[in-house]
Amino acid sequence: MSENATAEEIIICQDVCKWFGDFQALKDCSLRVKAREVVVIIGPSGSGKSTFIRCINRLEEHQAGDIIVDGIPLTRDVRNIEQIRSEAGMVFQQFNLFPHLTVLENITLAPIQVRKMKKEEAQETAMGLLNRVGIPEQADKYPGQLSGGQQQRVAIARSLAMSPKIMLFDEPTSALDPEMIKEVLDVMQELAESGMTMLVVTHEMGFAREVADRIVFMDGGEIMEVGTPEHFFTNAQHERTKLFLSQIL
Amino acid sequence: MTTAAGTPSDRSVLPATERYTVLGWLRRNLFSDLLNSLLTIVALAFVFFIARLLLRWAFVNAEWGVIPANFNLIMRGQYPAVEAWRLWLIIYLLGAVVGVMWRLISGQFSGAARVLIAIPFVLMLIPFFSMGTRLNLLITAVASGVGYAIAGYLPIQRRGRAAAYLLLAYLLVMLILLRGVGAEEGPMPPVQPILWGGLLLSLLLAFFGITLSFPLGVLLALGRQSKLPAIRVISVVYIEFIRGVPLISLLFMGQVMLQLFLPDGFPLVDRVLRALVAITLFSAAYTAENVRGGLQSISRGQYEAAQALGLSTYQSTMHIILPQALRAVIPVLVGQFISLFKDTTLVALVGIFDLLGIARTIIANPDWLGTQPEVFAFIAVLFWIFSYSMSYASRRIEQRLGVGER
Repeated sequence: MSENATAEEIIICQDVCKWFGDFQALKDCSLRVKAREVVVIIGPSGSGKSTFIRCINRLEEHQAGDIIVDGIPLTRDVRNIEQIRSEAGMVFQQFNLFPHLTVLENITLAPIQVRKMKKEEAQETAMGLLNRVGIPEQADKYPGQLSGGQQQRVAIARSLAMSPKIMLFDEPTSALDPEMIKEVLDVMQELAESGMTMLVVTHEMGFAREVADRIVFMDGGEIMEVGTPEHFFTNAQHERTKLFLSQIL
Repeated sequence: MTTAAGTPSDRSVLPATERYTVLGWLRRNLFSDLLNSLLTIVALAFVFFIARLLLRWAFVNAEWGVIPANFNLIMRGQYPAVEAWRLWLIIYLLGAVVGVMWRLISGQFSGAARVLIAIPFVLMLIPFFSMGTRLNLLITAVASGVGYAIAGYLPIQRRGRAAAYLLLAYLLVMLILLRGVGAEEGPMPPVQPILWGGLLLSLLLAFFGITLSFPLGVLLALGRQSKLPAIRVISVVYIEFIRGVPLISLLFMGQVMLQLFLPDGFPLVDRVLRALVAITLFSAAYTAENVRGGLQSISRGQYEAAQALGLSTYQSTMHIILPQALRAVIPVLVGQFISLFKDTTLVALVGIFDLLGIARTIIANPDWLGTQPEVFAFIAVLFWIFSYSMSYASRRIEQRLGVGER
């Protein structure tokens, strides 16, 4: 991991292909993400958006092409996989908090177990993160006692506790009631402004327009078009992109 | 908390017809219409009839003298009377350990603690107990009180872990006391397990059957889900083989065949131990299937979240998957443990004198001919007390862990 190789492009995907049985979910997807960049991936459902970002931390295994995260090539080597996973945080559509642990325990578990952090230190970090996402008073509650928006903010704090270099968001607001979407997007926006490298699958076009550096449009397992938000919303090139935008805007 | 705005009106008071009164309850639940009233009367008559028969037998006809006369036999089988002090010592220590553990784990002297401390005093009221027995029970109660008090002053950080070590140490001491050490003429001569009997043996078989089969069962359940084919196949074959065989045949196999499988010159395994091995292996297969049910109730998202945080398979199993899976199956597991406790009576059929075995020797004694109903009723009550305690404890644990709430 030499500095000059990683400083520029922190995620490199080259011709990534993925099959579920006979169905090809990803076709030659190539994408390079720079450090501190926010990339939003949009596209119709079933277009392979989620599969694509789940390949980046190996929740799905790609079968052809290369993925290099922060200079670490993603191979079958378990050590590489674990290293990449501890550098890339992920936030899920369904939050996936651990229901048997309190909010604080949810956040401190991985730092204590994986990073071997001292319990007190981990708790201190966790409280700082809960402050950052705006719910320090919920530390001792269980996830089931929180609203969806609060749970998703805890999930973000849980990922941040591992001090990741990259955050992957897999439709983080799709399971939320409308009035809770904003509180999560606000946290994400703050995170983007703090310089986090982010890869976000979302249907929130307002967020994409405002926060994204680049937008990726996927359809049928392919990356159809990549561009700035301005380019996208005013001057989309591809027919399928235009059709998609006309349907959702 | 917000409440609906507005001045209080009659609408904010529970209507009189909905209030809870004895007569109201009776009318609503037992005599709501003609059919219901008829059913209530018939059922009451039936209950009265049965209860009268039972009570008349219990208080008029039954020859309860058989119980006090054989009480020691029922409690400890053929464990030598001169060595009985070792059993009392085990019970004192149990009292003390329960006291200490209660302080360490629960930390407060609440309802269940009062029930526990009341047990020795209630037992002291049993009319045929000698003064010596009552004194021993009193010492046990004092020991648990002292244990509880002392534990409050211990500067212990990790209370759960301390309690676990204490329990392990207690089990070790208990086994040494039971089994004895040193020469035949020494202060604590060995007592062969085949002499352990009665309630003592039933409880030992059940306790060690449960505690040994549980980890084995969890491992088998995890093995059945393993990605490694060899481990998976071994687990499946083991589970399906054991579940396809009745316990009694395993017990016979244990008595007859276990020695054949062991290398030549291996010391003869005690018969009680052989029975314990059979019970443990049997129960493990069922535990495995119950735990598998819990494992399958864990959503994929939990595994993925653990993976995404960089937890290893071992870490996510220990911290994320198992705690949730086991909590989900507490009721089923306890049900299985209760049935294991009762199944230990099958060892009576391979010549081991557990509660049932002892009962059969008592009723075979010419002095006590015709006392089967009394003896069997008594051991049934003993089984009920312990089974119900397990069931009660499990409900308390469920409440504490909030099963189904979070």
